[in-house]
Parts: sequence; C-alpha cells; structure tokens
Amino acid sequence: MFVSITTIIPEIWLLVAAVALLMLGVCYKGVNFSVMILGAFIALVIAVILQIIWFPKTQELAFHGMFITKSGIAVTKIVCMSAAAFCLWMSGAYFRLSATLARFELPVLIILAVLGMNLMLSANHLISFYVSIELQSLALYVLAAFYRDNLRSTEAGLKYFALGALSSGLLLYGSSLLYGFTGSASFTAISQYMAMQQELPVGVVVALVFMLCGMVFKISAVPFHMWTPDVYQGAPTPVTAFFTTAPKLASLTLLLRLIIELFPAIQESWKQIFWIVSVGSMMVGAFAGLRQQNIKRLLAYSSIGHIGYALISLVVGGTGAINSLLLYMVIYLIMSLGVFACILAVTIHPERPDTLTDLSGLAKTNPLIAFCMAILMLSMAGIPPLVGFWGKFYVFIAAVQQQYYILPIIGVLSSVVAAFYYLKVIKVMYFDDQLIQSSLKTSSQATLLAVISTITVIVLFIYPDLLINPLQQAAASLTLR
Amino acid sequence: MTIQEIAFYIFSSVAIIASLMVVSARNPVHSVLFLIVVFFNAAGLFLLAGAEFLALILLIVYVGAVAVLFLFVVMMMDINFATIRQGFVRYFPFAGLVGLILLAEIIFAITSIPDVGGRATLGGVAHPIPDPQQVSNAHALGRILYTDYFYVFQLAGIVLLVAMIGAIVLTLRERPGSKHQNIGRQSYRSSSDTLQLIQDKPSGQGVHNG
Repeated sequence: MFVSITTIIPEIWLLVAAVALLMLGVCYKGVNFSVMILGAFIALVIAVILQIIWFPKTQELAFHGMFITKSGIAVTKIVCMSAAAFCLWMSGAYFRLSATLARFELPVLIILAVLGMNLMLSANHLISFYVSIELQSLALYVLAAFYRDNLRSTEAGLKYFALGALSSGLLLYGSSLLYGFTGSASFTAISQYMAMQQELPVGVVVALVFMLCGMVFKISAVPFHMWTPDVYQGAPTPVTAFFTTAPKLASLTLLLRLIIELFPAIQESWKQIFWIVSVGSMMVGAFAGLRQQNIKRLLAYSSIGHIGYALISLVVGGTGAINSLLLYMVIYLIMSLGVFACILAVTIHPERPDTLTDLSGLAKTNPLIAFCMAILMLSMAGIPPLVGFWGKFYVFIAAVQQQYYILPIIGVLSSVVAAFYYLKVIKVMYFDDQLIQSSLKTSSQATLLAVISTITVIVLFIYPDLLINPLQQAAASLTLR
Repeated sequence: MTIQEIAFYIFSSVAIIASLMVVSARNPVHSVLFLIVVFFNAAGLFLLAGAEFLALILLIVYVGAVAVLFLFVVMMMDINFATIRQGFVRYFPFAGLVGLILLAEIIFAITSIPDVGGRATLGGVAHPIPDPQQVSNAHALGRILYTDYFYVFQLAGIVLLVAMIGAIVLTLRERPGSKHQNIGRQSYRSSSDTLQLIQDKPSGQGVHNG
C-alpha cells in the first residue's frame, strides 16, 4: 500500500525536533535554557504550519490502516499543538526561577507528549491506540514530577503514575476483550463487524465499560477524578497549565472517536454511562471547589466541572452536539491558558502564589493582571458579555433541541454554584487587604499571553462565528464513521 | 504416552507447584527463586507448543532481567513482610467478594463468546499462522513485526526513549567532586606525554631530570 509521507509529516517533524533538541542539550552542556524553550516553541509552530499546509481533505490511512487522519483530527491536532506552544511560551520565566527546574529535558518532554497526543488522535488500531496513549502519559508523569526537590511535585508524579498505570491496565483489558470478541484489532474492521451483527455478545459491553473507565480517568471526570486536585497542585504551574489544556482535548476527542467509530451499535449503554459521568463531574466540580483555598486545586475542580459540561454533548450526540463540544473545549482551552498566564505573570517563587490569599490586593500592585484574571474568571463562570457564555449556551441548546432537559437544568444550576468560587477570586484580588508583599517584577511573556487571551475572550463573544465555522467541518468529519 | 505428553505433565505440574510456593513461601527471596522455576517451566511449555522464540524471550527477559530486578528489590529494600500481611483476615471478605464478582464477570463474558462461524465473517484472522515446518518462529514474527507492525514497533521505541529521559531527569544528580574516566582523553594519550627517557649515568652520580 503506497502511503504519502505528508499524511504523517507533522508527527515526523515533532520527533526529529525532539531528538535534535535532546542532542543539543546533551552535547552542549552550556546551552541556555531559554534557547531550548525557544527552539521547542519554534518546533511546535512549524508542526502547526506543516499540518495546515498538508491539511487532509479526505480520510487518509497510513501504515496498514494503523494511522488515520481526517479534517476533524487535523483541526484537533492544530489546537493541541498551539496550546502546547503557548504553554511553553509563558513558562520560560517560571522555570528559570530554580536551577532544578531549568533543565533542557523539559521542552523535549513536552514535545514528546504532544507527539503522543497527535498519534493517539490518529490511532486506528487497538495497538497503536494503546502505545500512543502510553507515550503521552509517560511524558506527562515525568513532567508532573519535574520539580524533583519538591515533596508535592514528587508526590504528584508518583500518584499520577500509579493511578495512570491502573487506568492503562483497565484500558488494555478492555481492548483485549474487544479484540477477542470481534476478532480484529483494527478500528475499521471492528466497526464493520459491529455494523454487520444483529445481536452483539455481552463481552463487547464489558469491553466498552473497561475502555471507558480508562478513558474517563484520562479526561479526569467523576468517578475517576480523585487524582486531579493532588496532581494539579503538586506539578509545576506551567505543567499544570499544560495538563488542563492539550491532553484534555486530545483525550476527549479520542474518547469521542472511540465511541462513535467502535460502539455506535450500543449507543444506549454508553449514553447511560456518560449521563452519570457528566452529572457527577458538574456537581463535584461545583461543590468541591467551594471550599478550596489553593489556586491550583480550585482550577483542578473547575476543570473537572468543565469536562462535565462538555460531556453533556457526548450524551446528546449528533453533529450539532459534537460541534458544541469542540467549541466548548476550545473556548475552555483559551480561558485556561489565560488564567494560568495570569498566575505565571505574578509568580515570584516556584511555589508562590499558592493560596488565594497570595493574590489578595493584586488589583493595587498589578492592576493589568488583576483585570485580565477578573475577566477570565467571569468568562469561566459563563457570564454573558464573554465567550464562556457561548460555550455553555451552545452545549445547552444542543441538548434542549434533542429533548434532553434534565442535563441542561443540572448544568445551569451547578454553574450558578461554581460562579461563587470564580467570583471569590475576584473579591480576593479587588477587595481584600494585601497580606503579602508581592514584587512588581513580572514575566513579560506571560503578561502578553494573559492580555491576548483576555482580548480573545471579549472579541470571540462578539464574533463567535470565527470559532464556530471552522469547527463545524471538523465536527462533521468526526461524527462520520 | 509419548515423550511430549510426559514432558508436558512434568512442566505443568512443576509450574503449578512452584507458583503455589511463590505465594506461600515465608522468605521473599525464596518466593523470587520459585518464580524463576515457574518461568523456566513456562518456557518449557512454550517449547512444547512449538513457540521456541517465545520460550527464549521468556528466559532472557523474565529470568535474565525481571527476576534479577525482583531479587535486587527484595534484598536491597528492608521490607517487613509481616506488617504487609497484617490485616489479611480483616480485608479478606471484601477482597473475596471483589474476586467473586470478577470471576462471575469472566464466566459471563466467556459463555457469551460467539461461535467461530460468526467471527469468520470478518475476513478471517489478519495474519494466519504460517506452517511451522517451513518458516521458523523468529522468522515468522520478524516478517510481520518489521512490515505490517513497523509503525507500532517504532512507537514502542519512542516510548522507551521517553522512559529513559524520564529516569535520567528524575534521578541523575551531578556530583561536583566525583571522578570519572574520560575515554576520549585516555585514548588520545600517547607514550610521549608520559614517558621520559633518561640518560643512564654511571653509578654514584645520581639521576637528573632531562
């Protein structure tokens, strides 16, 4: 089978770039950490450009059907790679704060994690699916423990690794059952088998449940969310920013592909599961976040909640709902990057700011960052003149159109509860007395990104079509079997 | 009873007995040694089944690497196994319940396996097993591993690269005072750098440099 190399060119480029940067770091001990970060940033930007130049017009297969790409997958890859590039862009100043953090392996690991994400988005065979998930996860475990002299970071890495290995085991067990009951490991062959069968064996449902447990862990939704607050709190702040953005979108899109391509015949089974997962995530995200004093823990619960809203669309199904899911996730990525950029802009110590009180009086010491943070928090809460509102609006509209009423009602109610802690952050910044003397020295890159994100959040509210139109085609291609 | 059958019964019964000893031995080092016995017998079973490549891989990887690693861990870490076994009786009912549920699920799933005719509609097995008389095991595996499965083979290599980078990042600490060999400099050294020929003088005058 003849395969054009352009099908997989961004991935090849990422691998070459990662190995080249690694060699640079190993051979020239004195190479500046900023140069490495810049190199990785440029590598990711080039990968995005390569993907845009060779954008797949139709569905393209490679490597004996183990690798697939189509417009929906390519759009998700572009978003993931851009998010990773922005994370790198704003993280330079943070990592230079400590000698143990400023090591050249960091950008290399981030590129390899992104490579894993790209490959798992393109998986079309149970083996390539599993191996690429492991590639991505392994890089993420190391990144979580990257601040190795810090107890919390080490704990985060170990916890993430142990629980991640467990979830991989579930995923692998489900995959082996699926292979056993359908007789093939190729997604294409499995979906053909599913379409032909009148009555599916029970084993397929068991396989579905195991695989979903593994994937729900990866997107950190209830009931497999326990690791999220600890890992997000312990990992270095830019790594946490990375965790909340690119891997989330990649895992969610892969989950979407999995259930749409492999299990369309047992829709009723997975709709029930996702109904519970979605409601649980929204509730936990809203209520557990109320008592949090740590900023990163707060954002972890916020991210659990946001995944819950996105999963509403998965329950509803159909092109319209999938479009709203992608829209929601992209909007969440923009807001999340912005919020972390704000935090990184005022970071003066690897562990500061840590609690909400560290942000008190920020409006006086750094009014620009405080303003950006306030706007982004309001957007996260879904308050109208900001784009976060459109995200929730389209998800709820898609649900109501398909006669799902309970989910949007729970969604609206839990977003009211969650608004409490988003507003609490604003209250602390604007109305509390300054307790800790914070320095005026800020990271210019992170500040720039925070401002860009804030402007985007406002502009996209006025012109939401800028996002909706390109994502429409992607959603259509993802729902196509 | 053919010689193969006798060998089969010997290998399998020793494997079962040894694996029972793995979980019941009091001394953890003995457990690991019994585990090695299990691996050897399992390799024998593979040989009987005609999978000589898998048998050798099992010996190299599991006996050669994994079991040695286990031994290292068991001997180097001062783990008190008595405290680990504490609470066994207390947790047993719950663990037993979980085990029973899992067993029921497995039985439930296995009994629902469709007949082979149903699966044959898929177009048969992707890679039918070649005739062992004509193609050797390693040959047959190599034929698909480096062609059809080339992509995942490469991916596995990248995963190992990430694991290597991770291990170095998390554990390597540069010690400023440590002495290590510089093989490049060592090889470049010639005899003229170190060896000096000194003119021999008559005895009683002493040796002078140069």
